[in-house]
Amino acid sequence: MARSVSTRRTAVVTLVAWAVALLIFFPILYTIITSFKSEQEAIQGFDLIPSFTLESYRDVQSQYDYFTPFMNSVILSLGSTILALIVAVPAAWSMAFAPSRRTKDILMWMLSTKMMPAVAVLFPIYMLFRDLGLLDSRIGLTIMLMLINLPIVVWMLYTYFREIPGEILEAARMDGASLWGEIVYVLTPMAVPGIASTMLLNIILAWNEAFWTIRLTTTNAAPLTAFIASFSSPQGLFWAKLSAASTLAIAPILIMGWFSQKQLVRGLTFGAVK
Amino acid sequence: MGKIVLKKVNKSFGDTAVIPGIDLTIENGEFVVFVGPSGCGKSTLLRLIAGLEDTTSGVIEIDGKDVTGEAPAKRQLAMVFQSYALYPHMSVRKNIAFPLKMAKMPQAEIDRKVEDAARILNLTNYLERRPGQLSGGQRQRVAIGRAIVRQPSAFLFDEPLSNLDAALRGSMRIEISELHQQLKTTMIYVTHDQVEAMTMADKIVVLNAGNIEQVGSPLELYRSPRNLFVAGFIGSPKMNFVTGPYAQARNAATVGVRPEHMTMSTSEGEWRGTVTVAEHLGADTFLHINVDGIGLVTARASGEFAVNHGDTVFITPDPNRIHRFDANGNALA
Amino acid sequence: MATQQTRTLARFMLAPSVGLLLIWMAVPLALTLWFSFQQYNPLNPIRDGFVGFSNYLLFFNNPAFLWSILNTLLIVASVLVITLVGGILLALLLDQPMWGQGFVRILVISPFFVMPPVAALVWKNMIMHAQYGVLADLMRTVGLEPIDWFGRYPLLSVIIIVAWQWLPFATLILLTALQSLDGEQKEAAEMDGANFLNRFIYLTLPHLARAITVVILIQTIFLLSVYAEILVTTNGGPGYASTNLPFLVAQKATLEFKIGQASAGGIIAVILANIVAFFAMRAVGKNLDR
Repeated sequence: MARSVSTRRTAVVTLVAWAVALLIFFPILYTIITSFKSEQEAIQGFDLIPSFTLESYRDVQSQYDYFTPFMNSVILSLGSTILALIVAVPAAWSMAFAPSRRTKDILMWMLSTKMMPAVAVLFPIYMLFRDLGLLDSRIGLTIMLMLINLPIVVWMLYTYFREIPGEILEAARMDGASLWGEIVYVLTPMAVPGIASTMLLNIILAWNEAFWTIRLTTTNAAPLTAFIASFSSPQGLFWAKLSAASTLAIAPILIMGWFSQKQLVRGLTFGAVK
Repeated sequence: MGKIVLKKVNKSFGDTAVIPGIDLTIENGEFVVFVGPSGCGKSTLLRLIAGLEDTTSGVIEIDGKDVTGEAPAKRQLAMVFQSYALYPHMSVRKNIAFPLKMAKMPQAEIDRKVEDAARILNLTNYLERRPGQLSGGQRQRVAIGRAIVRQPSAFLFDEPLSNLDAALRGSMRIEISELHQQLKTTMIYVTHDQVEAMTMADKIVVLNAGNIEQVGSPLELYRSPRNLFVAGFIGSPKMNFVTGPYAQARNAATVGVRPEHMTMSTSEGEWRGTVTVAEHLGADTFLHINVDGIGLVTARASGEFAVNHGDTVFITPDPNRIHRFDANGNALA
Repeated sequence: MATQQTRTLARFMLAPSVGLLLIWMAVPLALTLWFSFQQYNPLNPIRDGFVGFSNYLLFFNNPAFLWSILNTLLIVASVLVITLVGGILLALLLDQPMWGQGFVRILVISPFFVMPPVAALVWKNMIMHAQYGVLADLMRTVGLEPIDWFGRYPLLSVIIIVAWQWLPFATLILLTALQSLDGEQKEAAEMDGANFLNRFIYLTLPHLARAITVVILIQTIFLLSVYAEILVTTNGGPGYASTNLPFLVAQKATLEFKIGQASAGGIIAVILANIVAFFAMRAVGKNLDR
């Protein structure tokens, strides 16, 4: 039911909402603006209309080799997501379509692994990685990120799969489809939107993970999180460069995030809020 | 061919027996309706026949072959689900073709069969649409189309009309009956609606708490229900049950009188009562009457029987059409 | 619903996930538990061996420990309060009809997608810097002395940064829940003469209860292990003023190589998380049985 709301009220709400939104967004906006300033300008104080220069973007690449951590971030987040999906899709399928009395317990247990503080296992994992030669390796970190996000991936897929009516799969069975046919022709096409959203959210989470990526890497496999964190001890003028590096680091994920608002809510609340 | 025989079929979940043990024979070409209140086990029984559930014990035979352990796909049965269970990502054409594709039939033959089915079901103009773009009745027809292309040995219907509105339900009922006349294939139809059972079935199986209460043709069940449960379930409005002195005088614990088996009068009759509600439907009038010494009784009168709330009426039950039941609820001869 | 064959298959398909998580959780945790009773120093292995509970005692007697527990809880509690109150207000605001709602939403949720090191560094250098930060500029403009945020209020600074990161999350979830509130219910309440405040207390808030529970649960999981934000801003200091438990444990392990003590700290972190998780999981579990 549409209610007629006075234009004046809408105008006031709009004004307030935009002001608050811009305030919240300001640190990001300011970072983007600063990235186009020169280093001298960057510390000259608050200034929203800078002279436009791409100097910092050039420097970030030439002085710090920005491209390597960026590619590491891409490889780690994509790799861990695909690995997680390979393991999680069958698991979510079985829990959604052939639930047993223990299904709920297993789901809760998976959720509980997500609650274990990472620091508690930092040292054993560190040693394990050292002994297996996985320290500062992309493979090791990919597996690590996969394991960290596996519970969320299983949960998200489970809530999506559960929305596919069991009767449709039974209909396929009655129509003579083998299990393989059931999965290929019926389940997968229907699950694609859910799998895609799960993938999107998981890439975001893996991209932004900032404990293991910092602690288990030094240079070779260091993704953007570790790369940016290394800026915390500044030498000289570096704000414009920091801003440029930051803008590049958050831009892809910011855009992906905007597209996945709905899925984000669902994924991060384990399907409890839709 | 499609003769289905159930021998001592039992289904239990843990310690609870949903179906304690059923023996039933369904002849080839018969239209059999499983009817009963919700939770009576009728859907479970259908799913056992379909192979979507494992039987705990007992044997299911189709055309003399034991299929108890067979996968659903191997049983040559087709099923129409309550939710239609259409594949939302496929066009109507692909939906109907799916079982044929699974059977690896040549494409040309698939196309021919799909077109045939679409013609029978008036779906020719909708073949390229997705299920989401169809009305409830059209979806229902697609589900039926998907079932008939396979030429199964029997059709299974699981409450197929319960998601449709009343008018559509009426016309789909006729369509399914006509389909049965055309195909002459065995059909097993599950419903909780006794009207559907009465209008469509060759044979009705009344189920209650996982047990068969009675098997028979619609009119057999109507004329001689074997017990109180069947008597109360078959017929609309429901049969009136009278206990007390009136029943004792007739050597029964309970006497049943159908609303349509009473003579109504405003001047004289066996029972005297006050009208609480009069439902004038035009063709019929249903009266809810508080009868002195008997209780609330439902009666059918002719459409133009002009009484209203508060009026006094007289009722005479037809003595030849009363049903007598003993203390255990079983019918007395 | 399924037949025996399907169920057997289901077990096989579930096994890899369960197995991997079990190994990932059980093996390292067991090792940590073992190390927590050991003297173990990779740099000085001579005195290595079983030491009973002395790691725990050392950890408890370290003044940093009390600080870190207190700071951990302070971070969790303050961020929860800020994000929940702010999130409810923002969600109510964004639920109103306005121009450019979609864009406003995008602006508001953006901070959530900013990786922690970036968020922390941007706030540290460009917003809260005592000399060059925007806040310092602002204070000078109105004639006040700029505040040395990280020097004088290190924990508060960390809390502000973390709250900025999580406010969008709370807002987004509460807004989603708010939008699922039945319009007819609101209209019925209006017909019944309930004013805005009454509608909020008796209709909106109960409807949001589940979303609020979820926000508390999820945020608590993440807030208990805030790490990067502290690492790149205050580095735990000055002193231990902004050291939380994860930071302290990581510090013991990677800088001081006191593996035994770090492991003891890790076990304490697990216990702390379990206490929180116990309540949180019950709430989520209940929500699953709809």
